[in-house]
This record gives sequence, structure tokens and C-alpha cells, in this order.
Amino acid sequence: MSEIDLETARKVAHLARIAVPEDNLPALAQELSQILTFMEELNEVDVEGVEPMTSVTPMRLKRRKDGVTDGDMQAKILSNAPDAREGFFAVPKVVE
Amino acid sequence: MSDLNKMTIADARDALRAGDVTSVQLTEACLTAIEGAGALNAFVHHTPEIALERATAADARITSGDAPAMCGIPLGIKDLFCTQGVASQAASRILEGFRPEYESTVSAQLRDAGAVMLGKLNMDEFAMGSSNETSVYGNVVNPWKVDSRDLTPGGSSGGSAAAVAADLCLAATGTDTGGSIRQPAAFTGTVGIKPTYGRCSRWGVVAFASSLDQAGPMTKTVRDAAIMLEAMCGHDPKDSTSADLPVPDFEAMLTGDIRGQKIGIPREYHMDGMSAEIAELWGKGADMLRDAGAEIVDISLPHTKYALPAYYVIAPAEASSNLARYDGVRYGHRATLGPGDGITQMYEKTRAEGFGLEVQRRVMIGTYVLSAGFYDAYYNRARKVRTLIKRDFEEVFGKGVDAILTPATPSAAFGLGEMAAADPVEMYLNDVFTVTVNLAGLPGVALPAGLDSKGLPLGLQLIGRPWEEGALLNTAHVLEQATGFVSKPEKWW
Repeated sequence: MSEIDLETARKVAHLARIAVPEDNLPALAQELSQILTFMEELNEVDVEGVEPMTSVTPMRLKRRKDGVTDGDMQAKILSNAPDAREGFFAVPKVVE
Repeated sequence: MSDLNKMTIADARDALRAGDVTSVQLTEACLTAIEGAGALNAFVHHTPEIALERATAADARITSGDAPAMCGIPLGIKDLFCTQGVASQAASRILEGFRPEYESTVSAQLRDAGAVMLGKLNMDEFAMGSSNETSVYGNVVNPWKVDSRDLTPGGSSGGSAAAVAADLCLAATGTDTGGSIRQPAAFTGTVGIKPTYGRCSRWGVVAFASSLDQAGPMTKTVRDAAIMLEAMCGHDPKDSTSADLPVPDFEAMLTGDIRGQKIGIPREYHMDGMSAEIAELWGKGADMLRDAGAEIVDISLPHTKYALPAYYVIAPAEASSNLARYDGVRYGHRATLGPGDGITQMYEKTRAEGFGLEVQRRVMIGTYVLSAGFYDAYYNRARKVRTLIKRDFEEVFGKGVDAILTPATPSAAFGLGEMAAADPVEMYLNDVFTVTVNLAGLPGVALPAGLDSKGLPLGLQLIGRPWEEGALLNTAHVLEQATGFVSKPEKWW
């Protein structure tokens, strides 16, 4: 059985950019461990020489000219932003 | 004409063309039904003005004689589809207030065919769930009821399934990543088809797991599924995985003749602990297809057992990447920040507040299996197993099998809240018969085949060859005729 310890749970939450209160980490670690244990059934399968699937239907990706096909929609793009100012998305200070 | 909301698409189309009914009348009947069905919590954003405007336009178009089959048909649209100017939030708090400036390709095709949007339908948050209990809007309640309990309509397209079963609309759109059309269809006695991966454009559909997601219709009959699927399919340059193939007239392919077709019964789908009623229904389904002239053959899909664990690596991995876009910057919810909070705190607080627990869990699992040191052990191994699962199907089809018959779900609808104490893996078992189809990119249809001893609907699933939705629907049509399933939930809401 796979064991996710508190430190790993904390690290995964941070990588996923989800704030998890310290009190909730033990339960999270346990749940993640359960799910990973379930996934480990895959270790029974002989995958020697098998290619990992990249595309479920055998199709060539289409190509098109690398050109601008639309634009001029600043107002539309900003219309749903929680904070937009002077034509920009606004966020807290990034650089000190 | 009374009870217009109870009509099928096919009957409504014919009545519209004959001038026996108008789209405005159909639409008003549905809007009234929706108003009286608040207890089901299926419709979560109501758009009566848009509906009546489109219905009026559809009536004019029908009168002029130039009307496609879907013209004037009132539909519900799953909240996962972006609809221009109308809330589209994937049942998530993180997309609260989001009103897209664009329309998804599938809903645009339906709109352009003259279909009428009644409103947006409840679902599991980001389509992650099998019981419609993870929605920010609250649970959907199944219109089927046999005792004091409220039952789940299944998920993630639970609002779509409940709305169709309760006749709040003539049909609805759904999406299916691991069974999210077929499992709720089975739980509500309705028909749902997930087409071949690439048939329906994914553009404008909020992404969950891009290599698995497909849209499809949820309807009252197989014929309706054929009519509506045709309107939803087609090549879209805006989705690079959309198939550039002609879309056949699926309805014309419902000949009712399946003589000589080879139907496979996969032995690995005889799961331990399967209910006797489902096993019996499955056997009866096979007998009915045999009586219709098909040849029933035993087949083996040896990697079936590994489909669920592979899916629960691949889908969360893709979800963790897709959901990285919800960062509180460009749309949706942003957390209130404390003094000194920087951009990282903004991301972390926004996502903690905006995502429900199941979504958080899957994003974190996906993050873990993609992280350095575990990528090969989990994600790459799962993709290799996926290759083997697809190969199982290819070998069976290579031996001349035309379609595969399985149960749709391991049980009938269960009570809301009954799985609350279960661990997440137990809930995942709902997808055991459907998830292989997504992993292999195949078309699969669920249709009602009978009632269990308590009076709840049970469904069967047919799986077809890639791109052969027409033949698959024809087989489903034959099975539908043979089972003669006509039961409807008794109105209590």
C-alpha cells in the first residue's frame, strides 16, 4: 500500500496551488494514499514493449498557415476578469 | 394537444412540419414544466426569454419550409457548455459569474439548426462525479422514486438525465468522460450516446480530461438520439482532435434489420457481486438480439479489470493540467486577499475557495502522478495500459464482432447521501462498465431495458466500432423495440 505522508501531501497541495489548512492534511494524505493504492493494480500488467497512448484515434493533426486569424477583442477578453484596469488584467504585486 | 413537453423529438418535428403545433407552444409547455420542477434542481440557469425568442424564430423558419430536424425543438444545455451571455460555470464556484463571450461549437450547431435553449442544466462540478452530489448548485434529484428516499440521477450529466426523464425538455446535451452520459441515462430510464472520440467538437466545452471528453445527446428514444447526434457532430477547425469525416444521416440508418450482425458478450464484465437482476437483464438483452437475427458470441477483453485504475490516473492528470487555468486572474472567482498576500496566496486561496472537495482531490492526484519521479510509475504506465485496453477492442472487432453488449451500471440508482461515508474509490466503481469505452475512444450507447424489483430503471450498454454510430444506434433501436420499455417516473415533484 502506498503511503503519502504529511510532508508529501503538503507539497502536492502547494504544487496544485490549493491552500489546504494544516488540520486537513492528515485526512488528505489518507485519501490520496487510498487512491494511489487502487492505482497500483496497474503494476500487475505486463507493459513491456507497449507504447504509451498519445492519440486515441489514429489521425494526423491538421496543419494550417501560422497566421493571425482574429483579434481586436480586448473588451471581450477582459469582460469576465475579477479585476481589469486600463486594458490589463490586474493582480497583486508580483515583483518586490 | 396536451402534454407537449412529453413529446419525442421525432414526433415534435413531424407535428411542427405538419403545422399541428408551434415551437412557441412546445417551449411554453416545457417552461411551465420546469417552473413546477424546482424540487428536482435540474435547471439551474433559466433562459425563458432566449427560449421564446428562438422559438418564435423557429416557427417562422418552419413556415418558410426551410427547417432542419432540430428546428423548434426545446432543449436543456448542460452547464459545461459555454453559452454566449448566459452563465456557464461547470457547476463550480470558481466560475461564479462567468458569462462567456462565445458559444461552444456543439451548442452553436444546435442553435443554428433552430433548436431552442430552455436553460442550463445541473451537473457534477467540472463533470467529476457519478451522483450529481458535487455541484455548487446542490444535488439533482432523480424523478424516479420508489420509497421515501431521494435518489441520485447519476452523474455527471445528472441534470440532463433528470430533465429528460421528467419531461422538462424534449432532450438535453450531455458530456461523457468516463460514463457521464451513459450512467445517468441508465439511472433515469433515458437514452444517451457517447459518440466516437472526435465526432463532436470539444471547442467551448469546459475541459475535464481532453483525451476522453466527448459530448452527446440525452433523449427519450434511440431515434431521437440519432436525430440530435447528427446535429451535434461534424468537423470543427477549432478543435484539433475533431474528425474531418462526413456525418451520415443516422436516423436513416435505423432500419431495424440486424440480421447477421455479430454481438459480443465480454466475459470480463461478469463482475463479482453483480446484482442477479442486472445479470438476468443482460442475458435477456442478448436473447432479444439473437431473436432479431444477430449472432451472439462470447468474447474476451482481458484488460478490462485495469480500465478503472488507468482512468483514475489519466483523467486526473489531464484535469490537473486543464484546471490550472482557474487562477482568479482572467475569469470567475478571486479570493479576498489579506494584507501582504502575493500572487501565490491569491492562486492558493482562490482555488481552495473555488474548487469543491472532489475537484481538489482529483487535481492533487493528477499533480502527484505527473510530478517528477512518479510520472513513469503512474502516468506513463497508465497510458501503456490504455494502449492494451484499446487493443483488446481492436482484436475483437478484427474477428468480425459488430457491437458489444454489456450492462450500463453495476446497480440501479442509489439514494443521495448513501455513498457519503464510502471512500472515493467506491464511488469510482460506478464507471466500471463505461470507462473502457472512453479509454478506447469508441462509441457507446445506454438505453433502458427494464425495471428492477423495486421499480427502478436498469440500462444496457452497446459499444460499437469507431465511427459506426449509425450501425450502433440501429442495434440499440432493435433492442429498444424488443424490450418495449415505456415506463415513466410517476410525478411527485
